[in-house]
Amino acid sequence: MHHAVVERWSRGTSALHRRDPRAKIAVLLVYLIVLATAHRNFALIGVVLLLLVLAGFLVARLPVSRALARAAVVLPFSLAFAAALWLVGDPYRGLTLVTKAWLSALAVLLVIATTPLPLLVHGLESAGAPRFLLTIAQFLYRYLFVIAEETAHITKAAASRGATMRGLLGRRARFRAAAGALGVLFARSYGRAEDVHRAMLSRGFSGKLETLGTLRFRTADAGFLAVTSALLVGVRAL
Amino acid sequence: MNPLVDVRGLEYTYEDGSHALRGVDFQLDPGETVALLGPNGSGKTTFVLHLNGLLKGEGQVRVCGLEVTTGNLAVIRRKVGLVFQDSDNQLFMPTVLEDVAFGLLNLGISPEQAAVRAQSALENVGMALAAQRAPYHLSAGEKKRVALAGVLAMDPELLVFDEPTTFLDPPGQRALAALLTQLPQAKILVTHDANFALAVCSRAVFFQEGRVAGAGPVEEVISQFEWSFRSPAPSAVR
Repeated sequence: MHHAVVERWSRGTSALHRRDPRAKIAVLLVYLIVLATAHRNFALIGVVLLLLVLAGFLVARLPVSRALARAAVVLPFSLAFAAALWLVGDPYRGLTLVTKAWLSALAVLLVIATTPLPLLVHGLESAGAPRFLLTIAQFLYRYLFVIAEETAHITKAAASRGATMRGLLGRRARFRAAAGALGVLFARSYGRAEDVHRAMLSRGFSGKLETLGTLRFRTADAGFLAVTSALLVGVRAL
Repeated sequence: MNPLVDVRGLEYTYEDGSHALRGVDFQLDPGETVALLGPNGSGKTTFVLHLNGLLKGEGQVRVCGLEVTTGNLAVIRRKVGLVFQDSDNQLFMPTVLEDVAFGLLNLGISPEQAAVRAQSALENVGMALAAQRAPYHLSAGEKKRVALAGVLAMDPELLVFDEPTTFLDPPGQRALAALLTQLPQAKILVTHDANFALAVCSRAVFFQEGRVAGAGPVEEVISQFEWSFRSPAPSAVR
């Protein structure tokens, strides 16, 4: 699974992995601002920003080609808007949009791939992100594995009774089968959510998700934040 | 000696109208281990969910000398540790250590102390090395042990297990039985597994249609209700 791979990447021990998540989030923010506000000389700035992120992946000892491919997951969305810009006669802006979307995804992926989720959540919380949203994200991440497993079971059960995508292709039956599977998945997910809530209550949960929260902002983190931010601001001035 | 659990005339009807409990009387002494046997839908799980106030029916439920009321829930939930059938529902935090510490943090214990107690609970169930792992990377047996550590960390007086052998292979079942027999707390095991009940429990209570249909030594109850698997006679198969 996609996020199982990223989860494994995030458990590395490189210098970038060891940085405090708050420092990485702050650098990411600076990177995204530089990227979003770059208009003149974008070709040059884009290349430098790409090289910086690639350097990050190399420092983190992560597979660059796989990271590039994974970041491309955002392209279908941005390509739709880029196509519209192309049609109205502004292909340069379309290309810029696609490049910015891909570079943003790459930078976000670098932060996620070098920060285990619990630390990322703590870091985002310290940075002022709403606790409620973080809790939802945390639970979604945790149960995505379980829901994916249940989806695989449903698919296998359907296949074992002779259902094939080719057999159903283009027929109403395909939509009926998909709707049925989605319904079952929703009912199971709903039931599981109730069970999880019950398990939380039984261990004294009263509405606020407490965590161990063990972040330490060291001198090295401050140095990392200062140097990379200065570098990024310098790139913006190109 | 006052019973640890004293339930009298417990009735419960679900919102859909199904009458799950029809006047259950049940007592458990400190240190005792009892199996709840009975067919699916006989009310076993519904009954144990009353012991820490997850369900509220008609009748009297006293646990550890306290009436189970809304005002007592925080204390009751510390004293009654519930281990659910599907460990995935119980392990919702990003790491094993954080999950085990979840209940402790809800008790108001400081993060530093919670981490120490959680680590100690993990050592007690032989999972100390898994502290920083994500729960979804564990095997079914490991998940069960971590779920147990999550309730043991809260230092409960009563442990309640709902179908503890589900998803476990025979070696996993043996390991769990060995672990349970070492724990000094009183235990209630909801199970279909007659062999597991024989290995761990001194007494059994048989549920049928929301009532206690029989109680006594495990072997006698199994024999009385023919509650063990035997191959059907060839004539019965035809």
